[in-house]
Amino acid sequence: MSDVFDRVKKIVIEHLDADAEKVVENASFIDDLGADSLDTVELVMAFEEEFGVEIPDDAAEKIQTVGDAVKFISANAG
Amino acid sequence: MFDLTGKKALVTGATGGIGGAIARALHAAGAQVALSGTRQEALDALSAQLPGSVALACNLSDPAETDGLIGRAEEALGGLDILVANAGITKDGLLLRMKDEDFERVLDVNLGSYFRLARAASKGMMKRRLGRIIAITSVVGVTGNPGQANYAASKAGMIGFTKSIAQELASRGITANCIAPGFIVSPMTDALNEAQKEAITKSIPAARLGQPDDIAAAVVYLASDQASYVTGQTLHVNGGMAMI
Repeated sequence: MSDVFDRVKKIVIEHLDADAEKVVENASFIDDLGADSLDTVELVMAFEEEFGVEIPDDAAEKIQTVGDAVKFISANAG
Repeated sequence: MFDLTGKKALVTGATGGIGGAIARALHAAGAQVALSGTRQEALDALSAQLPGSVALACNLSDPAETDGLIGRAEEALGGLDILVANAGITKDGLLLRMKDEDFERVLDVNLGSYFRLARAASKGMMKRRLGRIIAITSVVGVTGNPGQANYAASKAGMIGFTKSIAQELASRGITANCIAPGFIVSPMTDALNEAQKEAITKSIPAARLGQPDDIAAAVVYLASDQASYVTGQTLHVNGGMAMI
């Protein structure tokens, strides 16, 4: 598992109070991890802060799973 | 009665009659206060009377400056728990004579700046799971007033805006409410002649104009921990002139 995945996982666990074993690559924030729409906005803000990356609104809308977030951050973080 | 010790508050329009009273009342309740307005000298004079306060001059008709104000307040105070969006302008005129710029400017300063301030402030408040957003609107936003279509529209807009964000932010420990003053003693009402004042007073069951402190007391209540279950509301402080 990548360093990015581990850091994303840590943020998701902290923020959503989710079980660590449920935070897997294809887990959906809303369907599997109990996030509401505001949580997803907060998660994106937390990712931006952690990785120093800007996630535009149209990209943020497509980030629905843990894997989506890892993929975007890996491709865009400096 | 309401203790705001350790809370950090930003008041816009702090050099006005109502804004100044709000800043003093929050300070008296223990809050650390950031004062915003356009007149640096007046801000500094008020700040000198309120130990621990900071003066942050800002032109709220400038979107970029407005966006940056919350960050400046958070930096100066070490966070922001209470936003009081009090600044507002009027450009009165009857509909047929109202210019585009009179309409747009009033909407932009009164409603647009509130949107920008609330958006920026809610970010930090969401992280801390605590916040109080308080907008000073007006009785005319609910009743209407001839000659003030632009002002009334901006104030009604603030109420609808507040109800929406109250629903979005409630689960994060953030409340958003409006206070709607009626006729309050201010430079604006000082300009009225005796006959006008008498006519206004007749329409108020309390038979007097309100004082800025009447509004400030409502702000302190809504800012307090005790008001944590009150959100999306408009508290009318008007001596009974409109009961809604």
